[in-house]
Amino acid sequence: MMWLTWRQFRWQAVTAAAVLAVLAIALAATGIGLSTRFDQAGLSTCHSACSSLATNFVRDLRGTPYAALFFGCIILLYLAPALMGIFWGAPLIAREFEAGTHRLAWNQSITRARWSAVKLGLIGLAAVATAGLLSLMITWWAGPIDRALNLVGGSPSFGGTRMSPVVFAARGVAPLGYAAFAFALGVTAGVLIRRTLPAMAITLVIFAGVQFLVPNFVRPHLLPPVQATAPFNANTANEIMISAQGNANSTDNTMTVVGDFSQPGAWMLSNKTITPAGKAFTGPAGTACTGNSTPQQCGNWLDSQHLRQQVTYQPASRFWPLQLIETGIYLILAAGLGLLCTWQVRRRRA
Amino acid sequence: MTAAIEALGLGKRYGRRWALSDCTLSIPAGRVTGLVGPNGAGKTTLINLATGMLAPTTGSITVLGSKPASGPEQLAKVGYVAQDTPTYAGLTVEDHLRFGAHMNPGWDAALAHKRMSQLGIDPKQKAGKLSGGQRAQLALTLAIAKRPELLILDEPIASLDPLARREFLQVLMETTAEHEISVVMSSHLVADLERVTDYLIVLMSSRVQVTGDIDELLATHYLLSGARRDPAALPAGQQVISARHTDRQSTILVRSTEPILDPTWSVSQLDLEDLVLAYMGNTTASVETGHKIMEEQR
Amino acid sequence: MIEFHLDGRSGVAPYLQLIQQVRQSLRLGLLREGDQLPTVKDVSGLLAINPNTVLKAYRELEYEGLAAARPGVGTFVTKTLSSDSIAAYTELSLDLEGWLSKARAAGLDDESIGAIFQRTIRTAVQEEAL
Repeated sequence: MMWLTWRQFRWQAVTAAAVLAVLAIALAATGIGLSTRFDQAGLSTCHSACSSLATNFVRDLRGTPYAALFFGCIILLYLAPALMGIFWGAPLIAREFEAGTHRLAWNQSITRARWSAVKLGLIGLAAVATAGLLSLMITWWAGPIDRALNLVGGSPSFGGTRMSPVVFAARGVAPLGYAAFAFALGVTAGVLIRRTLPAMAITLVIFAGVQFLVPNFVRPHLLPPVQATAPFNANTANEIMISAQGNANSTDNTMTVVGDFSQPGAWMLSNKTITPAGKAFTGPAGTACTGNSTPQQCGNWLDSQHLRQQVTYQPASRFWPLQLIETGIYLILAAGLGLLCTWQVRRRRA
Repeated sequence: MTAAIEALGLGKRYGRRWALSDCTLSIPAGRVTGLVGPNGAGKTTLINLATGMLAPTTGSITVLGSKPASGPEQLAKVGYVAQDTPTYAGLTVEDHLRFGAHMNPGWDAALAHKRMSQLGIDPKQKAGKLSGGQRAQLALTLAIAKRPELLILDEPIASLDPLARREFLQVLMETTAEHEISVVMSSHLVADLERVTDYLIVLMSSRVQVTGDIDELLATHYLLSGARRDPAALPAGQQVISARHTDRQSTILVRSTEPILDPTWSVSQLDLEDLVLAYMGNTTASVETGHKIMEEQR
Repeated sequence: MIEFHLDGRSGVAPYLQLIQQVRQSLRLGLLREGDQLPTVKDVSGLLAINPNTVLKAYRELEYEGLAAARPGVGTFVTKTLSSDSIAAYTELSLDLEGWLSKARAAGLDDESIGAIFQRTIRTAVQEEAL
């Protein structure tokens, strides 16, 4: 059965190996250069002025092939699990139903449970290993950039720190979970629908949906977010906004402010400015911030309001715990889907 | 001798429709059994139940003494060629033989390779590029080389040209003789089965119409032709299968263990095709009388 | 070794045809005492007929004393017919010629003669078998 599974998987394996090889070459060729730049920027040995050194380093990367590779690798790690789910998972059993070869396979001296378990296990392992190798190579290569972004603090305008949702999914062990889940999802769709193309479409839609929902609604709560409060300082505010409803100079216009909260490498979940009474600050703009008043006057007035900043975030130190928890959840989902598949295959529906 | 296939009150329902109902039969081992019936009669359903592809809605079925597909040992004893003889289009003939070897502990590699070379099939050829006849032979070889006790074939020659058909049956008969395998073969054409089968099952409208040894069936069915009379008036030992009447003449098909001695009848016997057609209810004209009788007999 | 053939349209059961062909071969001297008949496997493989049909024919030949089965080896001829029948042949041929002249004199054409002949043979063979 193992021989048959590999024999049927031959071309997909070759494709995966080719992609891995090409990527390995590209990353190996540029990885050393990137590390050298990192050292030359003084970031490997800095103690105090790291933030500004890091900002320079990251800014200098823009427009270089390194930036293209950085984003390209993120896209690759987004696509890889989806593609494996669609092209390795969905056809795995659906193709047999379509060709009628399940009537050939299920009459050999092997039970259906074993037949589907071996297929699921071997190819699932291949999917996870592929995603693992991809993530390993890319996480290694992007190391210098990730470390620099972590030192920058604030909100860097280059992708994001590895805690940010965009990058988080393309680092560490998370892609392994995604690959296992996408694959199991694809096989299940194929078993239930019994047609390859619809199964591929459904897999794509559901996987994309899950990959959107998890970072936005699940991951923030995997570990209780840290809450902090600090005094609002108008000088370092990120944003002071007055929404002009009608008359731009009216003193009744609503006003929102967002303060700066520096936690290098953290994933900011929410940032509210509240009044001493505990409610969200909405203005009104008042005379200090409208008409001919200067920004300095506006700032002074704001400071006098004794506003506070309330933030929730996941600190950078939680990167690995979150990675492991999330991967664990995806793996459990994948295992559950695998069992569902095997149970469905054993049901006698011809 | 254990029956090859034994069914008791077997039935399968899809939604509201019964694909097979009230099926009770006992197919003896060591025979070549023909499963005949029009399309939609339930042949494939019965075969799917026998190979474990389907589970029954009512009743039970045992194959070689065990539940169908109940484990690797039972699976090894049954060779199955499904309709349209499925093969892996992307795999070569050689791959298929290796597939068989890996999946079956009882695989006879020498036999498999000998078959393929005897038929002149190139092992490096992809199965998708083989002709219909060659694919059927490959599928048959896969079923035979695992050395089963029972072969189940679902309309294996329906879409083959006459030469391929003859070659398939030749291989099948030679193998049956050499390895003493029981064979159950379905077809909607009686002509295919006439030379090779010695046991018959006729399915029609999801029910079993008749089963039995072919020689015995042919010897005990008589076509009586004579002056018009009421079929109910026939002696008790003569079971009326169908009857047709004109204003002056009656033609009645009966089954009887005793020879027909009534001199007012002109008696002739049927060939296999006529017998099967009679049980499939293919009597035109005066159908009403005929059907009523058939209902009573069931 | 003789080779069998089947006439699908003769209306005669296959096993009977096999028996007839063995007898015919014996008469013509194609088969002699001690010769092996083709194996059941070879016959069913060549003609695509049920092996039980061949077995039935061979058993019938055994019953008639024309052949004997040696387990594990095959079925062998035990009696020759040729010497007995050549004389019978001549006599029968003369009888037939006489009958033919009678039939022609009665006004029968070749086709009718053939029909009578076929029908009589078929009935006789089937009665013999039962």
